[in-house]
Amino acid sequence: MATESKEYSMPDAASRAAQASEEFETEKLELSMGPSHPSTHGVLRLNLELDGEIIQKCDPVLGYLHRGDEKIAENMTYNQFVPYTDRLDYLAPLANNAIYAIAVEKLTGIEVPERCQAIRVLTSEMARISSHLLGLGAYTMDVGALTVFMITFTERENLYTLFEELTGARFTTSYSRIGGVTRDMPDGWMDRVLGFCDHFLPLLDDVESLLSRNRVFVDRTADIGIISKEDAIAYGLTGPNARASGLDLDLRRDAPYSGYEKYDFEVALGENGDCYDRYLVRMEEMRQSVRIIRQVIAQMPEGPYRAEDAKKIILPHKDKTLTSMEELIQNFMITTEGPQIPAGEVYFEGEAPKGALGFFIHSKGGGVPYRMKIRGPSFCNLSILPKLCVGVMVSDIPSILGSFDFVMGECDR
Amino acid sequence: MIAQDLLVALQGVSSEVAERESADWPSFNCPIDSLVAVLKVLRDNHGYDMLVDATGMDNGVDASPRFTVIYHLLSTANHVYVRVAADCADSENPVAPTVSGLWPGADWHEREAYDLLGITYENHPDMRRILMWDSYPHHPLRKDFPLAGHEDDLWDEEIREETGTKVIPAPMAGGPFVSKSSNFEAQKEPRAKDESWNEKKEKPEG
Amino acid sequence: MVSSNADIGYNSKVEGGVIVSKADAVINWIRTHSLWPMPMGLACCAIELMAAGASKFDISRFGAEVMRFSPRQSDVMIVAGTVTYKMAPIVRRIYDQMAEPKWVIAMGACASSGGMYRSYATLQGVDRIVPVDVYISGCPPRPEALLDALIKLQDKVSTETSTQNLFKVKS
Repeated sequence: MATESKEYSMPDAASRAAQASEEFETEKLELSMGPSHPSTHGVLRLNLELDGEIIQKCDPVLGYLHRGDEKIAENMTYNQFVPYTDRLDYLAPLANNAIYAIAVEKLTGIEVPERCQAIRVLTSEMARISSHLLGLGAYTMDVGALTVFMITFTERENLYTLFEELTGARFTTSYSRIGGVTRDMPDGWMDRVLGFCDHFLPLLDDVESLLSRNRVFVDRTADIGIISKEDAIAYGLTGPNARASGLDLDLRRDAPYSGYEKYDFEVALGENGDCYDRYLVRMEEMRQSVRIIRQVIAQMPEGPYRAEDAKKIILPHKDKTLTSMEELIQNFMITTEGPQIPAGEVYFEGEAPKGALGFFIHSKGGGVPYRMKIRGPSFCNLSILPKLCVGVMVSDIPSILGSFDFVMGECDR
Repeated sequence: MIAQDLLVALQGVSSEVAERESADWPSFNCPIDSLVAVLKVLRDNHGYDMLVDATGMDNGVDASPRFTVIYHLLSTANHVYVRVAADCADSENPVAPTVSGLWPGADWHEREAYDLLGITYENHPDMRRILMWDSYPHHPLRKDFPLAGHEDDLWDEEIREETGTKVIPAPMAGGPFVSKSSNFEAQKEPRAKDESWNEKKEKPEG
Repeated sequence: MVSSNADIGYNSKVEGGVIVSKADAVINWIRTHSLWPMPMGLACCAIELMAAGASKFDISRFGAEVMRFSPRQSDVMIVAGTVTYKMAPIVRRIYDQMAEPKWVIAMGACASSGGMYRSYATLQGVDRIVPVDVYISGCPPRPEALLDALIKLQDKVSTETSTQNLFKVKS
């Protein structure tokens, strides 16, 4: 006769906590994590309520980087605001510039030339790689792997060299302007971008071989911070974080802008929605970005790089300003009064590296927006934290925050 | 086409729903009482399942109604957006119903609108400031609030006593030069948006 | 018989492991080459601060690679980014927690003067809340500029009279 044995099961976090509180006298511990904490990537603060090591309540405190961008926008001309878009998501300014410019162009109704669109796609994808590289480096550093950080930063420096050659700045680029881009690409620049791509892909494989099957990394990320697809929709998650949960939404493919429909690429999707899937999705997105970059360069159209006919919107060329009266007046009017944008309302979202970056512009005509709301993807992505962090351990917080890859600049604005 | 179909459907919820001027997506004005019902119909019957953005705007100090709340919904299946706006009745203490029951993600958006515009959301689970500190007395995105801000005390009492630092209006001289749209040429001349420091007043201390 | 003057000066065989110098010179020499930063990474400049710490610019050439997120272990606070009024008391609190001697680098236009953020929410220069030793211009400054600021700070540290507080008799 077989002995009857009780089936052994690992108690879950809640029942462990309940058992512990039966055995001992316990009290809740309040812990303020941040705003100056290495794993909060800037100035996020989490007010945690702990029972032992298990988080009972998480209350994120934002606003430590609230600089008043929306109010500043109401006091500036559309052109003057372009540099502020650099500093929203300061890991991918080239993508922010393009999305802002497209939003205002939608309101104005001007069409930019094909070459400008292609340049915008090219730079946005390079920005995506640079943003994901930093996200990856910081993420792995938080879970204890410093090597990847060094590798990704070396690659970022290569990208910054290319950005600098194109725009004159390492990352506060202000490159896309309303109605075009500031300047054409320098000679041979596209070849150097291709050279970067050739060199970058094998390196990405190296990084993957360091991480994807690394026991420590997998243990710290797999099955941690699981977001269901329904939650992703309910909380308005976008970008890689939503796609890791299986939400098949990529505005580049689904609501194509700036000529994204011309390029062939796959949308990376995750299954479990845990920290590990978010890492995998970002890795795949970098590969797809390289794919897009190669296609853009292969089909780069000739022609003007800005909408020359948009006389009241775009500044005339400098050499003409100094020699021709008409251009001088045009320059003066645009600089002082701002580009003349018709009245109306527009909401445009583009796929920035962190998710859907949206601009809602309410214009009453003239050179200054009446109301501009910036929808920062990080803001929406982080809004799930109070739900997600309940029941996890304190040591999982760096994994969760790292995998979210957020930027407080666009979260607090 | 989509706009027409939606309008008919939404007028079934409330007859006062009307089309709103828009440069891009279908856009509707709706009475504030039926706002939640309209958004619920859009979510449940028309596939607009994601709330991408919820915000408000100040239509001007003298405008009536002064405050409008604006919602942007996205259909994750069809990838189209819709905008719904509703005017708040009271211009002094604007109140709007919360939609955080429909989308939990609306929680932070509404806290932000409360913080920056002073629109109170009824039945909101946690109506606190989100971006400015809790004791901040103003609502910065209101049109009567200057960009430079107002003088105020620093929120941390200990540091306030230790350093003597105050929240001061930002010096705007040299700040954004913007011309106002006006019928008079003389008033269109670009001026610095100076609010604290000019030729007549001293540069603030510090 | 003295054949060359190679033996003049310090010779460990003669003097043993002893050299004679001014206490100031020794202390300052030690401090100069191990300035451990407290990275107060607030905004965009933090990315350039990270770049300065990473492989290409390698801040460890100047002995400042040990980024300590604990104020108790750090010597120089690098305020990198926009300081808002909400953040300002926290910056000051962390500065107060740092052990003496301590220095501050204001990195970038925002930390130095509020920069392009002339608005209600932004502290117009971190020097309103903590004393600043070196300002760096730029929005954001390049990593080279940060390294330059570090060298300037080292110059400053090496000329300080570090001993005057050590042997001061308390009245």
